[in-house]
Amino acid sequence: MAHSTAYTIGFAAAVCGVCSIFVAGAAVSLRDKQETNKIIDRYEKVLSVAGLVEAGEKLSKDEVTKRFEANIKPRIVELDTGAYVDDVDPSTYDQRAAANDPSMSEAAPPNDAKVLRIPKYAVVYQVMEGDKIDQLVLPIQGKGLWSTLYGYLALESDAQTVSGLTYYEHGETPGLGGEVDNPRWKALWPGRKIYDDSGEVGIKVVKGQAGPVEKAPYEVDGLSGATLTSRGVTHMIRFWLGPDGFKPYLENFRKNEGSAQ
Amino acid sequence: MIYFLGLTSKKAREAVVDPLFNNNPIALQVLGICSALAVTTKLETSLVMSAAVIGVTACSNTAISFIRNGIPSSIRIIIQLTIIASLVIVTDQILKAYAFAISKQLSVFVGLIITNCIVMGRAEAYAMQNPPVASFLDGIGNGLGYSIILVLVGVFRELFGSGSLLGVGILPLATEGGWYPANGLMVLAPAAFFLIGIFIWVLRTIKPEQVEKE
Repeated sequence: MAHSTAYTIGFAAAVCGVCSIFVAGAAVSLRDKQETNKIIDRYEKVLSVAGLVEAGEKLSKDEVTKRFEANIKPRIVELDTGAYVDDVDPSTYDQRAAANDPSMSEAAPPNDAKVLRIPKYAVVYQVMEGDKIDQLVLPIQGKGLWSTLYGYLALESDAQTVSGLTYYEHGETPGLGGEVDNPRWKALWPGRKIYDDSGEVGIKVVKGQAGPVEKAPYEVDGLSGATLTSRGVTHMIRFWLGPDGFKPYLENFRKNEGSAQ
Repeated sequence: MIYFLGLTSKKAREAVVDPLFNNNPIALQVLGICSALAVTTKLETSLVMSAAVIGVTACSNTAISFIRNGIPSSIRIIIQLTIIASLVIVTDQILKAYAFAISKQLSVFVGLIITNCIVMGRAEAYAMQNPPVASFLDGIGNGLGYSIILVLVGVFRELFGSGSLLGVGILPLATEGGWYPANGLMVLAPAAFFLIGIFIWVLRTIKPEQVEKE
């Protein structure tokens, strides 16, 4: 059946119009729900790395929000100086978006973690116990084998001892690099130390077995079959706890707020 | 009634059941392999992906069938794609709103339903010539045909690769103190290739008429 050109154009326009209304309608009406999901998801990850959610424990959205608000205080930190910034709202600040925004970030110096841009501000989640800061949860990210891994590193209030590590987004091979999600591997982290005697980041993921915390305070077992992902984990922790990352903040923190050692 | 539906109940049943074994989109038509490899490491993602594909195929078939007589043939492919793409975006949005954890695992593969040959293949081959209800059933049938393979592959890969089904431990893993050493191949994409190959072999042994003539 032959149609006139005008009919063809008109038909195409009509289909596009109907489809765009349909798509835009769905996107707009579901946006609030999706935003809440994202926030809840972030809250849940922070709670779990801080040890406030048991493994396998299922929480409703309200419970997550409640537990987060009761225990965790997000703060914005200027990475260069390590000072708190109060005129940015941590609940709406999107660090990953800021890292891509030229006005909110700067190019990173060449680094092993393959971080390209460093945001000016970063969010630090302070886990409170009453008025005291019990743990610090820091966002970290870096290249593994295939993908960029995004996660949180939790430190005790001495800003030196690891209390947990969790990745919330990565695309590593399931069963190999994907084992960064394995609870048994994650359980190896608490108690390890970050900075060695010279003040440099000493912690690393080694090949094979590292041994218990007392024997190898700066080493964590490698993931078998995932040397490059393991190396990526070392690199990103070195980068984010180094001078381009949270080191200035952690030094301030140890001086002013941290628990005496 | 038959005139309105455009098919008898026997034909309706055929439209749904035929693609399951006789004319399976993956096993016989060998379509949609890409996502069958990618999302089947776990049964849960296989199930959600299946539901998404069934929904999209059924809706796109129905929508295209409704306007089939008005579509100018010179732009029919792009019209089909526009409709399919819209449905896929909406599906992705719904998953993000109501099944966030799973939509994160499925990541780009929901979006890639657009390029799943099953959806467009059925639109072009069936919905363009048949009335809406029949097209709807054909969409459901082909979606189910795809799902049946996806779920089978998902069951095998999760059970033997991670020792669990739907995240519930079935075979106690050696790495966690059990007796079952997880089969690492199962969690990698090639395992799905082998499994799908074996399914096609079994199916063609049972139904020799599916074997291509030399």
